[in-house]
Amino acid sequence: MQTTHKIGFVCMMMVLGAGLAMAQGVGYASGYPVPKDDLTPQQQTGKGLYLRYCVGCHGKYGDGAGDNAPYIDPKPRNFTLAIFKCRSTTTGTLPLDSDLISTIERGIIHSNMPSWRPLSPQNREDLIAYIKTFSPRWKNEKPGDAIQVPAEPEVTAERVRAGQEEFAKVQCWKCHGVEGRGNGPSADTLTDDQGRPITPYDFTSANRFKCGSTDQDLYKIFMTGLDGTPMPSFSDNITSDQAWDLVFFLRTFQPMHSKEKEMAKQAGLKPISPAGTVTP
Amino acid sequence: MTSRKRLGVALLMFASLLAVSKPAAAIPAFARKYGLPCSACHEAWPKLNTFGQTFKDNGYQLNNDRDAPIFQQPSYWPIAMRITPNWHFESAGKTPIDSVPGDPTSPTVEQTINSHGFDLSGVDILTAGTLAKNISFLLVPSIDSVAESIGVESANVRLDNLWGSPYLNLKFGKMELDNVLSEKRILTLSNAGGFYQLYHYVPFAAAGTVTDINFTSQGDNQIGIELSGHSLDDHTRYAATLMSSGDGTPGLPTGRTYSGYLHLSQGFTTPWGLQRVGAYSFVGLEPTYFLTSGGVPVAGAGRGNRSFYRIGAYGSLYLGKFDLTGVYQRSLDNVFLATATPAGTTLPTGAHSPSWNTGTFEAHYTYSPQLIIIGRYELVRMSQQTFDGVPSDLGNLDSFTIGYRYYPFMHSRAGLAWHQEFASILSKGTSPAGQDQRVSSYFMGFDFAF
Repeated sequence: MQTTHKIGFVCMMMVLGAGLAMAQGVGYASGYPVPKDDLTPQQQTGKGLYLRYCVGCHGKYGDGAGDNAPYIDPKPRNFTLAIFKCRSTTTGTLPLDSDLISTIERGIIHSNMPSWRPLSPQNREDLIAYIKTFSPRWKNEKPGDAIQVPAEPEVTAERVRAGQEEFAKVQCWKCHGVEGRGNGPSADTLTDDQGRPITPYDFTSANRFKCGSTDQDLYKIFMTGLDGTPMPSFSDNITSDQAWDLVFFLRTFQPMHSKEKEMAKQAGLKPISPAGTVTP
Repeated sequence: MTSRKRLGVALLMFASLLAVSKPAAAIPAFARKYGLPCSACHEAWPKLNTFGQTFKDNGYQLNNDRDAPIFQQPSYWPIAMRITPNWHFESAGKTPIDSVPGDPTSPTVEQTINSHGFDLSGVDILTAGTLAKNISFLLVPSIDSVAESIGVESANVRLDNLWGSPYLNLKFGKMELDNVLSEKRILTLSNAGGFYQLYHYVPFAAAGTVTDINFTSQGDNQIGIELSGHSLDDHTRYAATLMSSGDGTPGLPTGRTYSGYLHLSQGFTTPWGLQRVGAYSFVGLEPTYFLTSGGVPVAGAGRGNRSFYRIGAYGSLYLGKFDLTGVYQRSLDNVFLATATPAGTTLPTGAHSPSWNTGTFEAHYTYSPQLIIIGRYELVRMSQQTFDGVPSDLGNLDSFTIGYRYYPFMHSRAGLAWHQEFASILSKGTSPAGQDQRVSSYFMGFDFAF
């Protein structure tokens, strides 16, 4: 066989092979979208990205039942319920797109959800567009109103102490423990909305929180609550000043050096007793 | 066997070795550790996507609190293996052959040698991950199924994010250089297409004759220390490596010589994907002779170091599912290396330091994470031959490779690819009789990792 014939034969075989592979419905199973009438182009792009990056945990149907879900704790989010922990909106409402994008970008500490920062901003938006197709809530409801975060006041020793008193008064310690280690007396009894055991956040374990790392992020957690978990919204129970006091106090639990920690030390702040009382 | 025939056979064997010793870093152990499908880190494994590149640059870490091995189930085993049973066809044109088999004194004739059959690649045992938070490792013992021997392809420890900065990471041991086109993640597997001419081209001194003794390749893993870093979004990247000469062979084969490598690049996010431009230089020394004892070279006693360099610039362009990387490289070997002349002695008449230019263009069409089509074209053009009087185009080379990989499934436990590829190399005037030589390969097989 002449060289040109051999090359032609091989090229034909390869084209045939590639064609066969493509004909086997590769597009559907693969991560790139197959055109569907009920998806917008952006949702189709998002579907491709979802199948490439997210399907292993969150599942093909967005129900949090991906192949890896049995081995993951905490369990992946069930998008069909459209209940999200990290929001800037009031409790029980849908989050803003920016909240979901922020979660994708940031990842969630103490979970298997990594930061997807390498995805482009456009890709994150595409993903959100597709994730919203899993629940009819996104068609029937609008996102809630974003809570207003007032300007952060100056931290003082008095505010740190007031935060400690608030921590005791609203009984944060019952779940999070008097030292913020997530080992309060109720910790072992907690479950999420789907009845699965859930662990309160251990403030001593990291410098950031489930839904961000800034003081404003922590403030928002108090006021919005973490929907789907036992962490309620305190927006009806505490004032914004009290919320900031709590922020300052919780910073004293964290492992890094902080001005709040320094102030607590200088003010001689004593730990909360195991019964949840504050020593003056 | 004449020296020319030995050279021809040696070159064929060298090309074969390049192809069979292709340790690849597609590591299902990572997928199992983090519960992510292969497609999360690979456009089509083993080719990394931006997320996978960031993961690698972070020291095999997602930078969450699950990176340290202490958070893994005790039964977690950070080991993966990869092998490719295959059928391949090889054609080596203008190969010098004794006209009477077994009689080295008989006249030499040139003919095309074809061979084909079922075969095995080497086995790569890929162990990698973190020893602790921000201390990562890679160990790749590789079993050569031809020589039936085991080698250490990679063995390194990396201290990540020193002083909390992603710009400071220190790797120590045997490692792949931070190459533009990774030969450890190469998507092509055939004997003719399973390596880059960019990294492995060696100039000819005359038709059928190679005298250059510099076989150091930046595509091969090297033993040394690397300082590297990147921005948080991984758009800005750098790597600087100091390595012992000797092309990654343990035991200080050259004695006391070093080479250096520097790579800088910048990425840009566009609506069509992440575009990247960069430049690199690989500058080194190799000994031109060894001290001898009783006429026998003393191991590790290389002397008369002379230099070589490879300098390149590149661009990597993404247009949705299509991507194209183009690399230009300028190369030069010192005349003493190129003519195998001990430094300080008289050079052959009319000898020069050979230099050449290489262009490499590699394109992919990623139809989906389960199907990728690959095309590559490389050209090498000599700009200065080793000796006066030889044709200016001697050794000029054109190489192309096309192929595809189809992955029947995509999950976080294992990987399988059906691979088909055709590659061909045409070298100008390199047969002993001064004829053009063509080497071609066709390869198909199941590439699997678990």
